[in-house]
Amino acid sequence: MSTQPGLAFSQAPPFSLPLRFFLTAPMFLIAASILIAFYPEALASRWTPQALALTHALTLGFLAMVMLGAMLQMLPVVAGSPLPAPRFVARASHIALTLGTAALLAGFLLGTPKAFAAGVILLLAAFAVFIAAAAISLARAASNATVNGMRFAVASLVFTVALGIALALLRAGWENAPIIEGASAAHVGFGLLGWVLLLVAGVAWQVVPMFQITPPYPPRLSRWLAGAMFVLLALRAFAPLLPHRGVILLDAGLAAGVLLFAFHTLNLQSRRRRKLPDITLDYWRLGMASLIACVLAWLVAQLWPAWAKSNAYPMLLGVLFLVGFAVSVVAGMLYKIVPFLAWFHLQAQLQAKAGTIPNMKQMIDEKNLRLQFRLHLAALALLVAAVAWPDALHMPAGIVLALSALMLWGNLSSALRRYLQHGGRLA
Amino acid sequence: MSTILEYMGSDHRACDDLFALAEEAAGNKNWDSARDLFGKFQAAMAHHLAMEEEVLFPAFEERTGMSAGPTQVMRMEHEQMRALIADMAAAAQAGNVSAYLGASETLNMLMQQHNLKEENMLYPMADRALGADRAAVLHSMEAVSK
Repeated sequence: MSTQPGLAFSQAPPFSLPLRFFLTAPMFLIAASILIAFYPEALASRWTPQALALTHALTLGFLAMVMLGAMLQMLPVVAGSPLPAPRFVARASHIALTLGTAALLAGFLLGTPKAFAAGVILLLAAFAVFIAAAAISLARAASNATVNGMRFAVASLVFTVALGIALALLRAGWENAPIIEGASAAHVGFGLLGWVLLLVAGVAWQVVPMFQITPPYPPRLSRWLAGAMFVLLALRAFAPLLPHRGVILLDAGLAAGVLLFAFHTLNLQSRRRRKLPDITLDYWRLGMASLIACVLAWLVAQLWPAWAKSNAYPMLLGVLFLVGFAVSVVAGMLYKIVPFLAWFHLQAQLQAKAGTIPNMKQMIDEKNLRLQFRLHLAALALLVAAVAWPDALHMPAGIVLALSALMLWGNLSSALRRYLQHGGRLA
Repeated sequence: MSTILEYMGSDHRACDDLFALAEEAAGNKNWDSARDLFGKFQAAMAHHLAMEEEVLFPAFEERTGMSAGPTQVMRMEHEQMRALIADMAAAAQAGNVSAYLGASETLNMLMQQHNLKEENMLYPMADRALGADRAAVLHSMEAVSK
């Protein structure tokens, strides 16, 4: 393989490597919905074991699962720099992330130290393998706004994992509430606003203009947002040592970054050249609206300290950010990536003539895409309401989210089924 | 003097514009206009691919000695695009909206990720590799018949 940057963009990984991540992820979304349906505690406060299990089912099992698969696929295209040893990295990180997340959830729910320890070790292995490979690929990559965003996202992932391990150790023995609170705030900050948001934004710089044919993002935004957010997050990690005003100022900076990204994305999408209905567009708009709602919830908390201290406030932020923003944007991306890859690999393998293989829109039934989106929307609305009334609404919210997740899995699987029916190979 | 990246990048945008206009007309079953716009898009694409395959890629391969590298992948994707454009042409002739939109959605993904690779990597590499001969190559590309 050439080590010169930009020369190796031919090597799209085999379909089965990213696909395993994309088809495993909805399983953890189903697991998350089962937790919601069975345990009202999961939505009652962010610190209950069920809420911690729920959060990690969403962040590790669904989001990180898709994001690792997507980076594996996208690095050759956007950076001209594939992951080294892609087969090993994909297989090892996928299996370790799957088993590690399952063990961690069991550890939270059952309180068994062995399951918890196994989860932590497997997750450390999964991320160590992936981060090492991604770091090599990103170091070789020709720099652009997306590569820059990915570099800060991966750096944030390093801090998220390190803080997660520190929290696991603290939980295992050393009880010290202020340190645990400070470390978990930094863990959540780097995980959600660093790894998740900066990766989504980095990918958005390229895919938002590309899917709907819009003008590009302003170069000043795409060049500086990731670095600025990362610096704010790094300073924010020292919150326990900072004056209260300083922390609010840092939070305001982060909120401004979130708003800049969300409003620019909505603005570009409103200026799109392709005006036909598109499920990915609907998902992205819902995602951006949820980000804006997160900032509004944060503003209300600044003006109304009693609510800021309530259990409902962090739960609402979590529901809006994770289910409203991240799951939506990721589902919208999956509905482009999976049908496209199914078509692309089928075409390349069969050297198919025009019209002989299903096109992207024939890979997943359009009606099922719409129905799945509506279920997701209903699940989000129920979850927001369930934050206020967990006892009354956790069951319907969990059931509707489960149906939506099941249908997401079914829709993605239908692309695989058509790929196999037409003679596509996975080995 | 413009660069390969600027010249070919703006040609990508021009093709995108025609693509979006033709797709919108087809989506609205405005077939007279759709066939006309699709014809313009098809011609613009044929011209763009010809500029690359007849002038830019051979010059790049000769200069870098890489004939089995990036340009080979680009040529392969050009063939995939031509197949999808043929699907769109058949659908436009038949007035079949869902066939047209299915092929155009697929082409958009293929074309955009292809353009990303060219604009992020291949064109800047070509600009560097060609150096002072860039103007001559741009001139020959402009001369490729429309």
